[in-house]
Amino acid sequence: MTEFQEKSTVTARESLAGDVFRLTVQAPRIAAAAQPGQFVMVRTGDTLDPLLRRPLSIHQVLSDGRLRLLFKVVGKGTGLLAGLGPGLKIDLIGPLGRGFSLAPAGPACLVGGGMGMAPLYFLARRLLQVRPGPGDDQILLGARNRAELELPAAEFSGLGYRLHLATDDGSLGHHGLVPELLDDVLPSVRQVYVCGPYPMMRTVALKCRTAGVACQVSLETHMACGLGVCLGCAVAVAAGGYKHVCKDGPVFAADEVLWKM
Amino acid sequence: MENVIDQGGVDLRVRIGGLHLQNPVLTASGTFGYGRELTAFVNPARLGGIVAKGISLAPRPGNPPPRVVETACGMLNAIGLENVGVERFISDKLPFLRQTGTRVIVNILGDTVEEYGRLAGRLAGVEGIDALEVNISCPNVKKGGVAFGTVPETAAAVTMAVRAAVDVPVIVKLSPNVSDITVIARAVEAAGADAVSLINTLLGMAIDSRSRKPCLANVVGGLSGPAIKPVALRMVWQVARAVAIPVIGIGGIATAGDALEFLLAGATAVQVGTANFYQPRASEEIIDGIRDFLRQEGEPSVRNIIGQVRVDEQ
Ligand SMILES: Cc1cc2nc3c(=O)[nH]c(=O)nc-3n(C[C@H](O)[C@H](O)[C@H](O)COP(=O)(O)OP(=O)(O)OC[C@H]3O[C@@H](n4cnc5c(N)ncnc54)[C@H](O)[C@@H]3O)c2cc1C
Ligand SMILES: Cc1cc2nc3c(=O)[nH]c(=O)nc-3n(C[C@H](O)[C@H](O)[C@H](O)COP(=O)(O)O)c2cc1C
Ligand code: FES
Repeated sequence: MTEFQEKSTVTARESLAGDVFRLTVQAPRIAAAAQPGQFVMVRTGDTLDPLLRRPLSIHQVLSDGRLRLLFKVVGKGTGLLAGLGPGLKIDLIGPLGRGFSLAPAGPACLVGGGMGMAPLYFLARRLLQVRPGPGDDQILLGARNRAELELPAAEFSGLGYRLHLATDDGSLGHHGLVPELLDDVLPSVRQVYVCGPYPMMRTVALKCRTAGVACQVSLETHMACGLGVCLGCAVAVAAGGYKHVCKDGPVFAADEVLWKM
Repeated sequence: MENVIDQGGVDLRVRIGGLHLQNPVLTASGTFGYGRELTAFVNPARLGGIVAKGISLAPRPGNPPPRVVETACGMLNAIGLENVGVERFISDKLPFLRQTGTRVIVNILGDTVEEYGRLAGRLAGVEGIDALEVNISCPNVKKGGVAFGTVPETAAAVTMAVRAAVDVPVIVKLSPNVSDITVIARAVEAAGADAVSLINTLLGMAIDSRSRKPCLANVVGGLSGPAIKPVALRMVWQVARAVAIPVIGIGGIATAGDALEFLLAGATAVQVGTANFYQPRASEEIIDGIRDFLRQEGEPSVRNIIGQVRVDEQ
């Protein structure tokens, strides 16, 4: 596995909805090596506060060495990133971690909640390259409201997948949580990929276990390095002890994870 | 010694007791893994040395998450000394470290004085280990969990147990969570330490006001990074004047300028810790920066600046 540090140039910054931004950066070496589910560690500035890099999933890889990040402003680091504009430099390390396994044994279902949609878009595109077409694959997406869901949903449906949407406030699609959409879909799929808030991933993981469907989850933990040296990104595993999200993950087989109830 | 030529006409070599370093920049324990992890960014052969992640006799799983949280210009960690244990260290980790072309310093920890002694004994004579660094910031389980490094007698007892077990230089890594660090430094010097390194992390805490819970599962954790540099520098300066053995400076070092301050304060070498996390090339950049500084200052050797802080006599 090769990792690069690139002082990349921002080529575009788009505000998608309220506090959700899409940043396009020129990072040819990272883009060329990236696999769906992998992430980058982003330096949000040159000063000592914030000190640590921020982990962000690789949202999309464009053919000319650009890659895209999709993120929500939740604090200081993401706030600084949202303030970047074309021509400015951004220091990235990546691609990091182990991404999704790309060989589903049959129809697949991608389940994304909130910013969990970020890595799934890259996955959805890559699956189209390794398989003949979307076929019976399906995508379930959820967000707080229409504003947050509309644009990402349009991008996914542009790929030709069958989409099912849910919003917390009912302003678009099903009024409720994404996992509620899963029950209808599960009987016809062999592989589920999920990324989103922890409770949602846990619900999806348990539904898949009950249904006997393979499930891959992309986990989040606080990370000091993203490089396997701080051991700060521990997650408890069913076999006992811990694994490290930045090296062993962020994608895990759902049954490997010891889910907190 | 190897690589002297590569240093742009400046002599960067330093000596820590019997340990000869090609330059004074080491990577700190727990921030550089077992040497292999950051090779995409750093050429280990250029480093003065690598201090490996702390190891214990038996493997340790570490603390439950969350284990790390960022704070202003720093971070708190409560990793819980997760490590593979000494046997797997020797079989799986040491072979890579041994062939990096730099000095390998093995950081050790234990629950009891006897455990430190047994661990050092297991490492005695193992090829490819250039020195031991003894982490005495761990709780002494036989003494109600009080850290070895906060009591002069237990700090000395651990030092003696390790010293008696090995022939390689023994560096004792001091805890800053004490009222007078020079007392501990003198105690371990008298007990046979070849050098002291300082500081380990400062005990700290952070609370999430919304959930009203501590940010770390362990409640408290060790503060590191640029936030602790002034404290570390002060302690290095105090200890360097209190002991005759070499001092290795640690704490918030992220640039050559930081490293030079520690050298001027009396450190013979420095360790780069948290900076490796956000700037994995930091250690190599610091070596280059020290060399450039010396060249500009017309100093032929890094040894000329060690301890040369100009303090006006009152
Ligand atoms: C592998 C991985 C991929 C991710 N991908 C995305 C993505 O594509 N889009 C997106 O919007 N978010 C993503 N996140 C979450 C993102 O890293 C956090 O939202 C971000 O670090 C918050 O930084 P901040 O300074 O704005 O917030 P603050 O709350 O000020 O951050 C303080 C500290 O907490 C850490 N932190 C806070 N929230 C999280 C979190 N949820 N996960 C991990 N660390 C956190 C920060 O990194 C920082 O060290 C991902 C997280 C991981 C682990
Ligand atoms: C995540 C993390 C893990 C650490 N693990 C160890 C360890 O195993 N043994 C040890 O002696 N010190 C350990 N330390 C302490 C560092 O080696 C160093 O003394 C301290 O972080 C201060 O230096 P810094 O500010 O440059 O990081 C650890 C520090 C961090 C941040
Ligand atoms: S984030 Fe540092 S080891 Fe995973």
